[in-house]
Amino acid sequence: MYPEIFDSNMFTLLAEASVGKHFYWNIAGFLAHGQVLLVIWFVVIILLLLSVLGTQNIERIPSGFQNFMESAVDFVTDIARDQLGESFYKEWIPFIGTLFFFIFGCNWAGAIIPWKLIELPEGELAAPTNDINTTVALALLTSFAYFYAGLSKKGLGYFKRYIQPIPLLLPINILEDFTKPLSLSFRLFGNVLADELTVTVLTSLVPLIIPLPIMILGIFAGSVQALIFSTLAAAYIAEALE
Amino acid sequence: MDSIISAASVIAAGLSIGLSAIGPGIGQGNAAGQAVEGIARQPEAESKIRGTLLLSLAFMEALTIYGLVVALALLFANPFNV
Repeated sequence: MYPEIFDSNMFTLLAEASVGKHFYWNIAGFLAHGQVLLVIWFVVIILLLLSVLGTQNIERIPSGFQNFMESAVDFVTDIARDQLGESFYKEWIPFIGTLFFFIFGCNWAGAIIPWKLIELPEGELAAPTNDINTTVALALLTSFAYFYAGLSKKGLGYFKRYIQPIPLLLPINILEDFTKPLSLSFRLFGNVLADELTVTVLTSLVPLIIPLPIMILGIFAGSVQALIFSTLAAAYIAEALE
Repeated sequence: MDSIISAASVIAAGLSIGLSAIGPGIGQGNAAGQAVEGIARQPEAESKIRGTLLLSLAFMEALTIYGLVVALALLFANPFNV
């Protein structure tokens, strides 16, 4: 009943909140949220284009676009190095960096590009990270990554950390494996969706100028959330490796 | 949806986001105050303090976001909506 209230307002034509409405695709018996996949492909294509363009005509002394791309890679390298330490960070740069750039791209694609101009039969194009499925997938990937890191470094001895410092903490240590992906996914999902809903509500009240500061805050929050997610993923992997 | 259930859901959604904003508000105020104190004492450490502050603020904000997720679940994906 609630989405209809939002839809009925004339001013929300460009910013209607359709939480829980999706553009379903039926792929081999599974229902997929098409609007999320479309924007994800868009983001992936943009990232691929940027990286291909950035690695063509590489020069010894970087200038212009190559300079920009190198500083971006330096940035994610710093994230990985700060958390993982000098000895392990190299092999985890691709994972941490991909997480950062993908989430960053998704958040900014949702915040900057006026997707509402493109009509879909149902649902609407928005940041892919405002769908809980995307964020849960990313968080589960992080879970697998730190299990892989721990198991490949220590073998079965990895599970010794569940009874440290004392065996009494076993339930809490096991619970932690479930709360980590839960909090990771909810944090990202909630932040992105909260921002879009705030903009929607403000736009339905005052369509001009007033929502602008919230939109700028959304751009800022999007980049901070990408940073947080990748930092936390690196921290969890470091915890499994230590 | 039963009107009493929808009324209860709306009130609960308001309460969940409102109550979950109290704790992080106090915590973020504390953290920001301490960070300003640290910067005033040691201006050369500003960039490091700012980075850590932003990270910890986002952690605290996550608690409010959990309340928000509960509120959103009550409003848009109510499990008692039969």
